[in-house]
Amino acid sequence: MPETKPVLMQGNEACAVGAIAAGVRFYAGYPITPSTEVAEQMAAKLPEIGGVFIQMEDEIASMAAVIGASIGGMRTLTATSGPGFSLKQENLGYAIMAEIPCVVVNVQRMGPSTGVPTAPAQGDVMQARWGTHGDHPIIVFTPASVYESYYLTIAAVNLSQKLRQPVIVLLDEVIGHMREKVTIPEGKLMVEKSSDKVPSDWKPYDEKGLTPLVPFGFGHYYHVTGLFHDQYGFPTGDPPQVERALDRLHEKLEKYRDEIVLTNYIGHKEPRVAIVTYGCTVRSARSVVKKAYWQNRLPVGLLSLQTVWPFPAKEIEALAKQADVIIVPEMNRGQLVGEVERYACGEAKVVPLNRYDGEMINPDQISEEVGRWL
Amino acid sequence: MGNRQEILLTGAGGQGLILASIVMAAAAVNDNKNVVQTQSYGPEARGGASMAGVIIDVDTIEYPKVTKPTVLLCMNQTSFNKYLPKVEPACIIIADSTYVSGSYSKDYKVLSFPITRSAKEGLGREVVANMLALGVINAASGLINREIFRASIFEMAPKGSGELNQQAFDLGYRLYEKGSGQNIGASSQTPQ
Repeated sequence: MPETKPVLMQGNEACAVGAIAAGVRFYAGYPITPSTEVAEQMAAKLPEIGGVFIQMEDEIASMAAVIGASIGGMRTLTATSGPGFSLKQENLGYAIMAEIPCVVVNVQRMGPSTGVPTAPAQGDVMQARWGTHGDHPIIVFTPASVYESYYLTIAAVNLSQKLRQPVIVLLDEVIGHMREKVTIPEGKLMVEKSSDKVPSDWKPYDEKGLTPLVPFGFGHYYHVTGLFHDQYGFPTGDPPQVERALDRLHEKLEKYRDEIVLTNYIGHKEPRVAIVTYGCTVRSARSVVKKAYWQNRLPVGLLSLQTVWPFPAKEIEALAKQADVIIVPEMNRGQLVGEVERYACGEAKVVPLNRYDGEMINPDQISEEVGRWL
Repeated sequence: MGNRQEILLTGAGGQGLILASIVMAAAAVNDNKNVVQTQSYGPEARGGASMAGVIIDVDTIEYPKVTKPTVLLCMNQTSFNKYLPKVEPACIIIADSTYVSGSYSKDYKVLSFPITRSAKEGLGREVVANMLALGVINAASGLINREIFRASIFEMAPKGSGELNQQAFDLGYRLYEKGSGQNIGASSQTPQ
């Protein structure tokens, strides 16, 4: 790997840089604070490398354009914030059903509705999971640094292609807007085209399992629909086929679970008090654990979640067996905490720590809560 | 926690403080330091009060927001009145005497320099007052290697304006070396 020089980069910019490194050459979007810099960067960079940037009339059309470009064989990205994310939900469901890869970046701001456009929040965690209707699978990454914005966007693009599954990069305003020192690896990232390894008996929705996407215009003809469909893409309402199709959508994520679910633990091996969090809140929690464990050797640990969906159930189960108390700081009124509680199964007491005034949870707040349970 | 330095740049929207914070952060990266830059978004960045923060540390920076500034720059009266009471007395406080005057608590040691006026009179361009302020800050704090800082300014300045911006930075050093002015508060300090 060639020598690389560290640079100052913004979270939103890192997202765009990561997308381009992962082969994204099509962006359609409608600008919205605090995600606009993603669009700005893509608008500046894509035309120079033969890519396409379109500012669409709204978020619904943006999502549709992204899906269209994807099935035409391009790697695609769109970025938005809460209000726009709501609008994208219908087409997002279509992409899940029709198994069309795409990456949607949602830089969360304070909601509901127009909310406080410039204030940070983590209020879209459940929307990212269940925003579109039906019993669908979804992958959601939550970066906690500028570098994570970069590499999780790359992971999002690649997983999306591999699994033919939309992936959401759920940033928050703090991470999206802050600038910090990062070292971006130089050189070209190997971008493998899924259509490079098409079997001779290729079916667009092979019931045997994961099958690569062959873009339109590459010699295979098939039907694409949001209706439940058979292996060839034609609509079906046949109960066994419907059931099999829905299972298959979920099974592809289950099969690659360990590639998808990314977490990181720091702190005491057998913590009495553990913190579970994601996004910008990880930073406050990490500064608490550094002080409590690295300096003072207190039995405290932090499980940070780079992936919130599929939920890291296994990791929470294991943590709950170790810890007496699990604190879940979130910049909302309590969303992921319910999930943590579900998998802690009463093995550990789960304590929410919430803030929803448009300010970040600071280390003092977490430290105080940790102190209460030590 | 290492050697965390927090620099808070405050003033009015349009004075180039956010850009100054980005240039400073880039200079810190070039000087091989860890750095995080944040800024206030929203209505204040569009004309009202403006605020930008830079955190520099040898250690990894976790919490990205400025909580205890070690350097405070006030480029107008409103920001001076608002942020001065929020900092600790040990903080290096730099005020632009072009816009800031009046009394303040004697607990604080305020360094005042005619930043904007010097940019206008010394270089004929008020617009480089932000780079001049960076010169003053770096002279007062010694946070970043001067030559690396100068080179970073050249690198980030719009084409053709690199040297002018570097001159402004150097003028900031000269202002600091001449010493703080007596024209803010000094004669009218009131104990509080």
